[in-house]
Amino acid sequence: MRAKVVRPISDLARKDGLKIDTGQILMIISAVILFITVALPMVMIIYNVFFYKGTFDWRLFAEILTHPDNLMAMWNTIKIAFLVTVFGTITGLFFAWLIARSDIPLKGLMKSLFTIPYMFPPFIGAMAWGLLLAPRSGYINKLYMALTGGNQPLFNINSVAGIIFVELCYYFPFVFIQVASALERMDPTLEESARIAGAGQLTVIRKITLPLVVPAIAAGAMLILISTLSHFGVPAILGFSNNIFTLPTKIYELIYKSAGSFEGIRQGASLSILLVLVVVLALALQRRILRAGRYDIIRGKSMRPMLIKLRHFKIPMLLVCLLFIAVIVLLPLVIIFLVGFLKAYGLPLKLEYMTVKNYQHVLFISKMARDAMKNSVVLSISAAIITMFVGTMIAYVIVKINPKGKGILEVLGLLPYSIPGIVLAVGVILTWSGSFKINLYNTFWIILIAYIARYMAFSLKSASASLEQVHNSLEEAARSCGASHFESLLDITLPLIRPGMIAGFFLIFLPAMRELTTSILLYGPFTRTLGVAIYAIKEEGNMVQASALSGIAILIIILGEMALRLVTRERRGK
Amino acid sequence: MDVILKDVSKTFVTKTFGAVTAVNNVNLTIKAGECFSFLGPSGCGKTTTLRLIAGFEDLSAGEIWLGEQPFSIKAKNFYLPPEKRGLGMVFQAFAVWPHLNVFENVAFPLRIMKKEKSEIIDRVKAALKHTNLSGLEEKYPSELSGGQQQRIALARAIVTNPRVLLLDEPLSNLDPKLREIMRFEIKDLQRKFNFTIIYVTHDQAEAMALSDRMLVMDMGVIQQIDTPYNMYNNPSNKFVYGFLGLSNFLPVNVDGGKVYPKGANGLDLDCPIPGDFTEKEAILASRPNEIELLAEGGFPARIKNRIFLSDYIEYRVDIGQTEIRIQCCEDQGFAAGDPCGVKFNRLKWYSAKDEISEAEREQRKVI
Repeated sequence: MRAKVVRPISDLARKDGLKIDTGQILMIISAVILFITVALPMVMIIYNVFFYKGTFDWRLFAEILTHPDNLMAMWNTIKIAFLVTVFGTITGLFFAWLIARSDIPLKGLMKSLFTIPYMFPPFIGAMAWGLLLAPRSGYINKLYMALTGGNQPLFNINSVAGIIFVELCYYFPFVFIQVASALERMDPTLEESARIAGAGQLTVIRKITLPLVVPAIAAGAMLILISTLSHFGVPAILGFSNNIFTLPTKIYELIYKSAGSFEGIRQGASLSILLVLVVVLALALQRRILRAGRYDIIRGKSMRPMLIKLRHFKIPMLLVCLLFIAVIVLLPLVIIFLVGFLKAYGLPLKLEYMTVKNYQHVLFISKMARDAMKNSVVLSISAAIITMFVGTMIAYVIVKINPKGKGILEVLGLLPYSIPGIVLAVGVILTWSGSFKINLYNTFWIILIAYIARYMAFSLKSASASLEQVHNSLEEAARSCGASHFESLLDITLPLIRPGMIAGFFLIFLPAMRELTTSILLYGPFTRTLGVAIYAIKEEGNMVQASALSGIAILIIILGEMALRLVTRERRGK
Repeated sequence: MDVILKDVSKTFVTKTFGAVTAVNNVNLTIKAGECFSFLGPSGCGKTTTLRLIAGFEDLSAGEIWLGEQPFSIKAKNFYLPPEKRGLGMVFQAFAVWPHLNVFENVAFPLRIMKKEKSEIIDRVKAALKHTNLSGLEEKYPSELSGGQQQRIALARAIVTNPRVLLLDEPLSNLDPKLREIMRFEIKDLQRKFNFTIIYVTHDQAEAMALSDRMLVMDMGVIQQIDTPYNMYNNPSNKFVYGFLGLSNFLPVNVDGGKVYPKGANGLDLDCPIPGDFTEKEAILASRPNEIELLAEGGFPARIKNRIFLSDYIEYRVDIGQTEIRIQCCEDQGFAAGDPCGVKFNRLKWYSAKDEISEAEREQRKVI
């Protein structure tokens, strides 16, 4: 980001006639909120791991760190994250290039199809793939064994390879989106001048196009790496039955096995520190890579880039794309909805075995499912509203008031971005179960606090972006017309950033609706969320109802996604 | 070798406008060693024509040749790829590669040709010297100014000693002062190396200063091909007249050998009618400095406005329904409101029939 010289509005604030200026108050409130929601849980993790009954004690940490099971989990985490990153980057790059630079048909449609996995909850995807490729009961494996007459499954999804495959399906869009947009915005004359200089198409790709999109590739790849390192859903669904653990699932297992005892939480906290260290290492790597190359490749008048003619590869390539989309998007979606209609799991997918009972059950009969839906909706909406307003306030302090020490606010606000959800949950438990005379354990509130901390970074980013577009002179003009600082904020700045705030609301609401990682450690008997309920029903072995509830969750998410598109389109129209 | 365009047309199919003919039946021969400009308003098809020559677009009809070598032949569906055409090209947005330093940017075409290392160094150094970039070899484009970046692009285009140099509005991203300096530098380079230059611009001063010959294009059709001098003094139609320099257009009725400006209450303008003009209506074109103001005689009018513009004085007068601009170098002392006589020293006659409305023009424009 280019550093902008912005004159702080706080000069004006001081002339407001108030004893204490508005800027200082907002700064203090922001700092306190961020400290309590974000910093305190992290401090509590470190404190509880290294201090036992008030005295320093590093033995637990050393013990956890050297336990072979945990080392295995760490190795799995790194292995899975690395392989998903490599293959996800290749996949994303290939399709991004195909869609942005070749004359393949149906581009618009494919571009939106390729971003679907982005909004699909990965743990539901993992469930779907379990239905298809579980070693004995998976429909594809059953079909394969019936065809071959053997008893060897085609592929066992409950394996490290299976986890890698499913995560790949949901994380390759990070690279796809980054690279496709870089390729589309890239000045086409950069490539044309290489052609004129005598370079053939392949040389241009190798010597000009690829080096220029390296920063975009690296940014996408690092996003995959960091997301997969902290990912919980897929290994939880596919790994447990085969004793395959990653750090996030191991943390969950340690706490779950001890039935939420303090000792179990301390062990989980120790492992959390390890996980955070791995993520921080990855982040440091990201910084180095991203700093290395950043070019301004968007310049000049927009022109159609020269599309590479696939000629006789056109139809085969289109088929590859469509097949890929069918496999990673359509197949899991269809199987989830179909199994949701089955009378019992394992029955063939034929109309005579179908019923609407499961959907009826989860929608109208099961109290747990209905509570879960209600909880998720209420939690997501409240978290989204609170986080949106608080995030906007903090962004206002950082962007417009620009006080001393705003760096701390920035770091604290963006910290949860890099803290795995499961770690945040551990920290929240340690903070809010009586350590400070407040015990929220097993209540709705502890989940809400965790959501707020987790999604603060989203809100901060989107609010900062819209605030940076509101020039200071607009507020100054209002002040010169006689409005107080507060009035100008209310009448000028807020209306101007409202579209950004609404988009920010959905950017929190949607991921919160499909949240599993944090809630699974924080839920109590009456505070299950949608994700937790699906997970619980699945663990009971009731696949048909789990599928039905998943189907409903997907529908809710699709509706929310459509609302978000509507909002952002209107904004662009202006 | 001459660049030859035969019956070249290009039609784009767009989603919003349907089929748009960007280049319409262009026939053109650019002689070897010539500096030739394509001039026209934005969207007239000049850049598209250049891109057809470069090979970035396929033809909808026609052929393009460089001397004996075919470049594009629609009938045979033959297209020589851009990299095989041996051209140099400079783009409006510079298009220097941000991941390569100055030396590597300029060396790129030579590396593609797999030249010897020592030859690459010599030729790059020479190209940088000719474009006043010596000493900046190790810099990256982002560390340089717009003018320097455009010089890199120029150096890269001439380093292979191409037969033809294509320049697509190369100076329009620079500030006016730099533009003038670069204009002379390009001209100098051409004198030194004697390559053919095809230069696309919407700036008539640039085209006039650089070109041996030029063409004016409008809505995909060539309006005139000529030397800058002839083009300015003998425009073949009203569009070319209006596009080059300042102009007045006076609509008149022609009746019984007399010329009546429209809306002038039947007063006639004392001027000869060209022998070959037989229509009832005409547009008379004149330049502001080709009109005199008289105290007596001439077409009676009244001064509306007098503006002092240091080098000359500009007057506005109404002739019938039309406002006419007049520029005089000497101050004759007319003030606003004074009666005066207008005398046209030079008039060009154009038919009133092929007027195209602004709305129509907008619609036919290429995006």
